Amino acid sequence: MLDDFFLRALIAGVGVALVAGPLGCFVVWRRLAYFGDTLSHAALLGVALAFLMQVNITLSVFAVSVMVSLALLGLQRRASLSSDALLGLLAHSSLALGLVALAFMSWVRIDLMGFLFGDILAVSKFDILAVYVGGAAVLAVLVMIWTPLFAATISRELAEAEGLRPDRANLIFMILLATVIAISMKIVGVLLITAMLIIPAATARRLSGGPEQMAVIAALVGAIAVVGGLFASLEWDTPSGPSIVVAALVLFLASLSPVAGWLPRLFGRDEKGSRPGEAN
Amino acid sequence: MLTTPSRPTGEDLVRLTSAGVFRDGRWLVRGVDLAVRRGEIVTLIGPNGSGKSTTAKTALGLIAPSEGRAERCPGLAVGYVPQKLSIDWTLPLTVERFLSLTGRISSRETDRALEATGIPHLRRAEMRNLSGGEFQRALLARAMARKPDLLVLDEPVQGVDFSGEVALYDLIRRIRDDIGCGILLISHDLHVVMAATDHVVCLNGHVCCQGAPTAVASSEAYKQLFGARADATLAVYEHNHDHTHLADGRVMHADGSITTHCHPDDGHHHHDHHGHDHGAGGAAASPAGGRHA
Repeated sequence: MLDDFFLRALIAGVGVALVAGPLGCFVVWRRLAYFGDTLSHAALLGVALAFLMQVNITLSVFAVSVMVSLALLGLQRRASLSSDALLGLLAHSSLALGLVALAFMSWVRIDLMGFLFGDILAVSKFDILAVYVGGAAVLAVLVMIWTPLFAATISRELAEAEGLRPDRANLIFMILLATVIAISMKIVGVLLITAMLIIPAATARRLSGGPEQMAVIAALVGAIAVVGGLFASLEWDTPSGPSIVVAALVLFLASLSPVAGWLPRLFGRDEKGSRPGEAN
Repeated sequence: MLTTPSRPTGEDLVRLTSAGVFRDGRWLVRGVDLAVRRGEIVTLIGPNGSGKSTTAKTALGLIAPSEGRAERCPGLAVGYVPQKLSIDWTLPLTVERFLSLTGRISSRETDRALEATGIPHLRRAEMRNLSGGEFQRALLARAMARKPDLLVLDEPVQGVDFSGEVALYDLIRRIRDDIGCGILLISHDLHVVMAATDHVVCLNGHVCCQGAPTAVASSEAYKQLFGARADATLAVYEHNHDHTHLADGRVMHADGSITTHCHPDDGHHHHDHHGHDHGAGGAAASPAGGRHA
């Protein structure tokens, strides 16, 4: 059954979406969209290194993403540049390094478009294994660090004062993000991974009355976008990554409709509180 | 009175010993000695930038002191209401969920805390839709629901109107009585806080003076720091006080009459005048005994 390339892509894509949704909520809450971009751009450097050193691409991308996260943490402590300038520096220099390195390796014939925008033909059985094993591990760890990570999202000092360990949770979160980028690169492509993190989470925002609920809804929205996008990609012969992101965008726009705003109330949550109109 | 009180130290929940914090080329605060015991409300007052929050964060262990020591009881359960807390629009967070932010709170405890802070009707409201006063109550509810040993409240009544302020300080006292915790309270408003506290530490980069509220309020160091408002505080909340000194040098007596001079034989002239001691780490204002200027 898994010999069908489309089915493999579908299974792997849904797996990616289920993991990217909850993690994407934290990316949105913490305003880390640009950080996600940086990690995914650095993924191309990981691809180049994988070819250069003859190692597994997923592992190589994961290693480079972790290194870029750590480099960012280190630079933030030391350098006088602002965070967004540092992110831009890391994102584009690692992307450029990756492209230049690939160009030098004239013996390597790869489909660059496949890495930039995703290539469902390239999803192997091993990739499915990587997505589900890696993804399950990411979700398990996320559940374990949920309380300190969420408390630190609201206030790092509050979390630390009350005996949680926010810095450790933040570091683990960065590693989880690097993992998600490594396992989702083949499906959505380097340039669009951040969209898989952000758009389903943004869509879930209007539909949910609590953080945990938002994480679950973001995972489901992402899965629907993957299924819809992949079928569209097959139908119209479009690259898989952009097709999935367009499908996610359609879902986001649908969530802005007034009908969608009623959903939290169906779940027993009153979005405006008990006294509408008295918002501060 | 105003010298560092010889209070027992055995049951201190948290203690700072000549603690100072040096950041970016300057001392944010220096020479702080203070201790909070179980069942006691200690209030830090001082103008903006006087190091109140820094002192509280040092006591909490969020900032390591550059000199001196900060010690906490092992296994101390802390409830913290920070000065600033913003909830991003992207975060769907009800009051109920907020109460369980740093640890699970049972439904009964949630009810109790919301009841005590007067916001049971807001249980399912979103945090970002609360008014300033409701938000502060929610912060307080969250901190008390944890049943902490030590409660650290950084300006807990900001954005609350005057009557709400009185109610909140009453509430803080009731929380102390209920769960028997020690409370470190930060405030820059002088009015109500003085009446609702056991021990006052007056900060301005160092400890200007500390002691019982009435003793601190009548000290020269305190008056130099706060000027006319300091006297207004006494006039309103310490009716047994015989007279207070206005900023322009006149004297207001307890009956409300104002005279231009303060004669030692006018009524019960019982308060002491204290000098301002900047030496020796500034740990305490020493009684100078002299006449006020």
